[in-house]
Amino acid sequence: MRARKPLDLRRALVVDSITKYFHLPQPPLWKRLLGASAGLPEPGNLPKASKGGKEPIAAVDHVSFSVERGEIFGILGPNGSGKSTLVRLISTLLRPDRGSAKIFGIDLAEDEMGVKQLISRVSVDAAFFKKLSPMENLLYGARLYGVTAPEATVKAYEIMGRLGLKRSSFNEPMEEMSRGMQQKVAVARAFLTSPILLLMDEPTTGLDPRSKRDVREFIEELRDSHDATIMITTHDMEEADALCDRVAVIHNGKLAAIGTPEELKRSSGENGQFSTLEDVFIHLTGEQLVDSEAADIA
Amino acid sequence: MRNTLRRGVSAMRLESLQSYAFLARNWHLTRRYWGWEVVWFFYSLTSGLSVVFIAQGAEALTGETPSFDVKFLTMYLIIGTLIWRYLSNIFMLTSEVIAWERWEGTIEYTLMAPVERWVHLVGQTAYSLIYSLITTLLIGIAMALFFELDLSKANLPGAAAVVLAGSLSLIAIGIVASILPLLYPERGAQMTEVVQASFLLISGIYYPISVLPDWMESLARFSPVTYVLDGTRAAVLDGAAITDLLQYIAPLLLLGVVALPIGLRAFKAAENYAKRAGKLKRVG
Repeated sequence: MRARKPLDLRRALVVDSITKYFHLPQPPLWKRLLGASAGLPEPGNLPKASKGGKEPIAAVDHVSFSVERGEIFGILGPNGSGKSTLVRLISTLLRPDRGSAKIFGIDLAEDEMGVKQLISRVSVDAAFFKKLSPMENLLYGARLYGVTAPEATVKAYEIMGRLGLKRSSFNEPMEEMSRGMQQKVAVARAFLTSPILLLMDEPTTGLDPRSKRDVREFIEELRDSHDATIMITTHDMEEADALCDRVAVIHNGKLAAIGTPEELKRSSGENGQFSTLEDVFIHLTGEQLVDSEAADIA
Repeated sequence: MRNTLRRGVSAMRLESLQSYAFLARNWHLTRRYWGWEVVWFFYSLTSGLSVVFIAQGAEALTGETPSFDVKFLTMYLIIGTLIWRYLSNIFMLTSEVIAWERWEGTIEYTLMAPVERWVHLVGQTAYSLIYSLITTLLIGIAMALFFELDLSKANLPGAAAVVLAGSLSLIAIGIVASILPLLYPERGAQMTEVVQASFLLISGIYYPISVLPDWMESLARFSPVTYVLDGTRAAVLDGAAITDLLQYIAPLLLLGVVALPIGLRAFKAAENYAKRAGKLKRVG
């Protein structure tokens, strides 16, 4: 058993020039399985598509930022901007082509298992075994993180009650629940394992206003009472403004701006300040806000 | 020293709990899909019975008293049916470790959990063994209602040893095959079906491999299913002693012991590749 590096509890997340390309011309599969990869392009100089292949893209392009412990950090960006790819990179589901990320001082590339123990993720598509009940899904997730069934059951009842889920629905198949209810169970599942860094990829997309409010309040409560750090991607500018201590705007895989909502509103306007984050967003990305239920899972 | 021991025990407890998570989850899925379980049981039983009735119908087919022992052929086919049912289930359930996650849309959730891959696979294979054993026993009991089973010469502990060794081989091959849905999100699960169907054809489930064309017979000698069938038939039909069964058990164990670590390493390599290429997404 390898001894783990002690955690650096000051900085929750440090992302340094992280980059992920897709559709680069590749060597044959057998070489890739042995670890070979495509040659990486120079920054800003993507190669042409191979014959019949897709156009290479830099889904996340030299993005750097850091998140302080206890912060709620928002990532804003239009569909296809690279928000979800960034969350996947930090969640260990994707390997970066360049750059690094450290979670509480643990480098993703050096100790993936150590990072996995500290994080949890709520994705836009509530990923569940739809035939199983919320309780069966939660117990499965809890056991994966080393939480025993009796312990998890007590916590699950408490969290689901707090999120406004009816007790009668705890043992019904998930497929019979509304999308909003499913998303609440996804939030409950993430909280059940007490992560110290929670990655939320559009957690309130598709929820009714009441459910959105429940989830937001729960996120704040989690930060305040459980000492969790939260990184959240969202399309909802009002939500970002109300919830996030700081936000980063991502456009075409690149970091366009970073700061507190107030700083962004003050600094982005050409003649004075913008009144809303939505104005800032449109100014920085040149795009209208997309009220889309679909995630940019590029 | 004491601290190391304590950490070791704590790690073992965690790994047992994590493996059990997969076992319990699969049990819940089986329970929730109970209607399909009934259908699959019925289908397996009827297809098995249909094959075994061929032996019973030999006289009616030819219009002559068969020159062979009908009881022997009946037992030969029953063994083939039950062993295939058991081994193919083990192979299928092990090889679908990733395919299930893709179908359900949970692949990202499961693969980002802090679980060592071997722990994950232990849970899945434990379930595949238990499920396969129970369903095969039920089909065997149902078949016994239709045909008289002649177990007068059978060396049942010997047969169990052969089947156990064969299970290890099929788990190892199942793990290797489970890589396909990692590498090919759209077609991987279909490819594993082709592998399974190939075993069915070449392994002598309902006939001796000597009736196959030479090239297929050569392939059959590399199939662990062939050895399990030959060994089980020798134990049940001829009452072969355990020392005689070693010729079947040894290659099965060897294959399992060699292929298991290869399968685990290959799975890890495939997972790393899938993470580099962005292939850990749901399909279906």
